[in-house]
Amino acid sequence: MKIKLITQISVALLKARLKQTMVAAFGVTFSITMFITLLSFMGGLNDLLDNLILNRTPHVRLYNEILPSRIQPIVRSTAYPGAYHFVRHVKPKNELQQIRNSEAIIKALKNDANVRGVAPKNTVAIFYNVGAINLTGVINGIDVDAENRLFTFQDYVVQGKSIDLKNTPNSIILGIGAARKMLVQIGDNIQIMTSEGTRFPLKVVGFFQSGIEEVDKVQSYATLATTQKILGKSASYVTDIQIKLYDMTMAPVLAKRYNTLFETEAIDIQTANAQFETGSSVRTLISYAVGITLLIVAGFGIYNILNMMIYEKMDSIAILKATGFSGRDVNAIFITIALSIGLVGGALGLIFGLGLSALIGEIPFNTASLPTVETYPINYNPKFYLIGAIFSIITTYLAGYFPSKKASRIDPVDIIRGK
Amino acid sequence: MEKKVIEALGISKSFHDPITVKVLSDISFSIHAGEFVSIVGKSGCGKSTLLYILSTMDTNYEGDLFLDGVKMNNKKDAELARVRNEKIGFVFQFHYLLNEFNNLQNVMLPGLKFGKLPANEVEHNAYGKLKILGIESEALKYPNQLSGGQKQRVAIARALINEPLIIMGDEPTGNLDKKNSDIVFNIFKELAEEYLQSLLIVTHDLDFASKTQRTITMEDGKIISHGVATSEMT
Repeated sequence: MKIKLITQISVALLKARLKQTMVAAFGVTFSITMFITLLSFMGGLNDLLDNLILNRTPHVRLYNEILPSRIQPIVRSTAYPGAYHFVRHVKPKNELQQIRNSEAIIKALKNDANVRGVAPKNTVAIFYNVGAINLTGVINGIDVDAENRLFTFQDYVVQGKSIDLKNTPNSIILGIGAARKMLVQIGDNIQIMTSEGTRFPLKVVGFFQSGIEEVDKVQSYATLATTQKILGKSASYVTDIQIKLYDMTMAPVLAKRYNTLFETEAIDIQTANAQFETGSSVRTLISYAVGITLLIVAGFGIYNILNMMIYEKMDSIAILKATGFSGRDVNAIFITIALSIGLVGGALGLIFGLGLSALIGEIPFNTASLPTVETYPINYNPKFYLIGAIFSIITTYLAGYFPSKKASRIDPVDIIRGK
Repeated sequence: MEKKVIEALGISKSFHDPITVKVLSDISFSIHAGEFVSIVGKSGCGKSTLLYILSTMDTNYEGDLFLDGVKMNNKKDAELARVRNEKIGFVFQFHYLLNEFNNLQNVMLPGLKFGKLPANEVEHNAYGKLKILGIESEALKYPNQLSGGQKQRVAIARALINEPLIIMGDEPTGNLDKKNSDIVFNIFKELAEEYLQSLLIVTHDLDFASKTQRTITMEDGKIISHGVATSEMT
């Protein structure tokens, strides 16, 4: 009953100042629209950039690195316990880059409950023979199926099919930069040479574009078997084991565990790509800051309009108080006005925000570095809408708080005697 | 006629800005149920100030005020608001109707605030009050469509809606011409005689005052005459 009455009075006051109310509500609508659009767009862009790296980066990578012996002979001496040793002369051994016992490791990993998938990989440094000159390059030997499943390899094969790599013996998918230099087409044969001087012919079945030009000039892909053949190694020769986890955040812990368990180097994605995390969070922070600034500006608009309304409606407030409305009732009336401006403006803002971000999501966005992207990326995260809604209510409440308090303190005697 | 609806005991008030001026000193009087009392005095004698204290809107005074036997001092803002809502009907010099609402709604507002009756009964009562005042045909018009006299009658209807203990008027005819003043006076008279409504009207219109049952005369913040109750109004 009482709420109904207060709402009735609020609505009547709102209607009396419809134009100004609409301007105030439009301020909120505009800021929420921009807030949603900005965050959706920025979110989409962040996801895109992160995925550019994250999709193609293993959560944990096992590899062997050429390192000097950790235990130098002097350490074994009991003559100087606890001393700092700076005599170090045992240099790195001529060790293979191969991961020892790779088949057993892969099998163990496949049974690990945390692991979504395992993709073994070889990296072979080679030269592409182009007429009289040799271009340096790297061939990655991959398990095509695992690579497609875990690292969306097919998305980056811009011509040809990744599966042809598996089906055609001694085949290669060339980086598009390298292919342009070599003037080759799909179906052509090329010659490569290993660092040991072995020559090897390969058939081109596709082109690959990562979006990073330096990579595309150098890298190519072949199957594990092909690279093993090029190197003249056995079928267990694997230099990298790439692991995708179900939960990416577990990577640092698991990397440490695998490091001791399998006696290989293990690096987690967080350590390997720390800069991306930072970039994303800073971009998100900036979008929130801009969005909230817009809302605060809209809040000042509401504050102004309520203040004006209170000056204009001084008489009405006085008579309401004289006829038995308490300060709290008057306060409630003006808070209701502020909140209804916020609610209506905010709700419209959410709808317009969705519309505008959908519109931006339709704008074509073609860039050579991102072959899989055709339109501007938009992230329709409901979290943004929730934050927008909550913030619109909080700002309008705060904007209404002080004017309402002022209205509730109006002394009817002052107004009525002032006539 | 023994019940006292208002009793003031030793009420004093001073303004302190810029210098201390005593506007009311030691005012004591009472009004019985059903009395039609007027307060007269020259401008600045403190009669309006006294009325606002009696109406509980002004709480900054010394002395004791009883409304319907209940002491009003030291009550909270919300409690006083309820007292005003339930027990006092106010008519001002200026009508103070809300232009956003039609006349009927204006009359209903204090009733809805009271919340004792459901909205449809309040509406029915509001029509009843407008009918007593002879303006039920204007019920659905808005205040700015009425003449000054009609507006004042709507304001009186609004004062009556909660069946108040007393109606207080601050120069209710001050803004009206002779004809409308007479209409308003006759309404007050009718209320006092037929409905035994207590009324306390502040006015500087001596002609108006002389027709009420009792006239309290003030000068320089003091009551100089409590007047004599005339059972027969002229």
